Amino acid sequence: MAVLVIAEHHHGGLSDATHKVVTAAAKFGGDVDLLVAGENAAAVAPEAAKVSGVRKVLQAEGETLRKQTAEAMEALVVPLMANYDAVFIAATTTGKNIAPRIAAKLDVMQISEITAVIDAETFERPIYAGNAIMTVKSSDAKKVITVRGTSFDAAGNDGSASVETIDAPAGPFKSEFVSEEMVKSDRPELAGAKRVVSGGRALGSAEKFQELMFPLADKLGAAVGASRAAVDAGYAPNDYQVGQTGKIVAPELYIAIGISGAIQHLAGMKDSKVIVAINKDEEAPIFQVSDYGLVADLFVAVPELTNAL
Amino acid sequence: MKVLVPVKRVIDYNVKVRVKPDKTGVDLANVKMSMNPFDEISVEEAVRLKEAGTATEVVIVSIGPQQAQETIRTALAMGGDRGILIKTDETVEPLGVAKLLAKVVEEEKPDLVIVGKQAIDDDSNQTGQMLAALLDWPQGTFAYKLEKDGDALTVTREVDGGLQTVKLALPAVVTVDLRLNEPRYASLPNIMKAKKKPIDEKAPADYGVDIAPRLTVVQVTEPPVRQAGEKVEDVATLVSKLKTAGVV
Repeated sequence: MAVLVIAEHHHGGLSDATHKVVTAAAKFGGDVDLLVAGENAAAVAPEAAKVSGVRKVLQAEGETLRKQTAEAMEALVVPLMANYDAVFIAATTTGKNIAPRIAAKLDVMQISEITAVIDAETFERPIYAGNAIMTVKSSDAKKVITVRGTSFDAAGNDGSASVETIDAPAGPFKSEFVSEEMVKSDRPELAGAKRVVSGGRALGSAEKFQELMFPLADKLGAAVGASRAAVDAGYAPNDYQVGQTGKIVAPELYIAIGISGAIQHLAGMKDSKVIVAINKDEEAPIFQVSDYGLVADLFVAVPELTNAL
Repeated sequence: MKVLVPVKRVIDYNVKVRVKPDKTGVDLANVKMSMNPFDEISVEEAVRLKEAGTATEVVIVSIGPQQAQETIRTALAMGGDRGILIKTDETVEPLGVAKLLAKVVEEEKPDLVIVGKQAIDDDSNQTGQMLAALLDWPQGTFAYKLEKDGDALTVTREVDGGLQTVKLALPAVVTVDLRLNEPRYASLPNIMKAKKKPIDEKAPADYGVDIAPRLTVVQVTEPPVRQAGEKVEDVATLVSKLKTAGVV
């Protein structure tokens, strides 16, 4: 058996999510090969070759693959699947964009956001915003799987895989990259952060959000998250959203500030190790999942907490 | 431009689901159902394209039991022109849904299919991408903004890290994210008018595709329950508890 893992990488570095997907793929069994495609693939390949448990790195770089559009990735990966029993990819926006397209081309049902590998055919995944866990057995000849990073440990870096260069598919494709506008942040990346401080609607404005949340995050070396309400109100960028339709996080410490704790928000953070809630409404549902709850006015409590750390 | 909008009838997003004691699934008996929230955004976007003169017709399609007709009616009350109900009491997986939708596309020949990015019941996030693959159409997933530009569609997508803009040759499949628009409420007169709009009733067999499930559900269980926590008096107590727990 052999598994192809599609690596995720940014700015010339392999993302932490890829190491976690390699762990999941190793549990599936067989040889694990890592595909590094897109901009800077040649620069990332040596790093990919060091990931523990990887047999071979396939490196593909070319104009058509630059931004890993789904159409170009489909053209690259589908022919490769003749040699593999499964393809694993992180359940990030990139993975979610690409994987189902590959699955449909292979005529198989994708298994989304797995949280456990039981055996080579059986997997666990959350449904209904994480309120139920479904175990599914796949009868498909090949498996296409996206992996929830927070459920797997990252693979180490003591590997020494060989690197093989493969051709990028020839274009043009029916979709083309135009531009991107990335949120600039010096803080840790939300999905992989060890600590997360998250703000909700109760912060009241973008100014207050920044004034209260950022110093606390900086004190803790934490990433900043937000509830959907805070994002919709314009207090924080879309990319900060934690929840069923935003990012799924499971840090060691999650501090929810002015967040009531709707089902959709809990879906994104309830696997955190320690949850702290600061809310002035003592009936807020967030207190049902928090380890430590403080019923207080956040405008007083948050600066006090920042100073006390 | 003709627009096709698939909609799904799901458990209402406010309902706290209960897993059945026999672990075969989630209890759906006597539970409030409604249109998948992302599909409301799809319908709204299609109707806005029509109001702007960009779209000429908005066709709504749903695959599900007889009651899925109510979901189609809701979409028609929001401004859809007509509906197609592919009636089945079986669970159809995203791959099966995509195959049926591909057949509907063959018949209806829309220029654009607008799909919700995921259904809040199975949380798969697959159907739109699978449909695009089966049709060999380009895809613009997690749309934050979309604009028609001649024979192309410019789609700004919500991606990890920010926003990305892509240009798709039409025909295309777009899946919508939360912030694309604010769906309207259907007014009473429009609800009444929607009752007169036509809904074609079909069966999966009419399309001749194999939609047998590929995944067997072994069991459905409750997620692990968190230990009940404690309320702390003040910030100082909180900090000392966090220090004891070793997380700060």
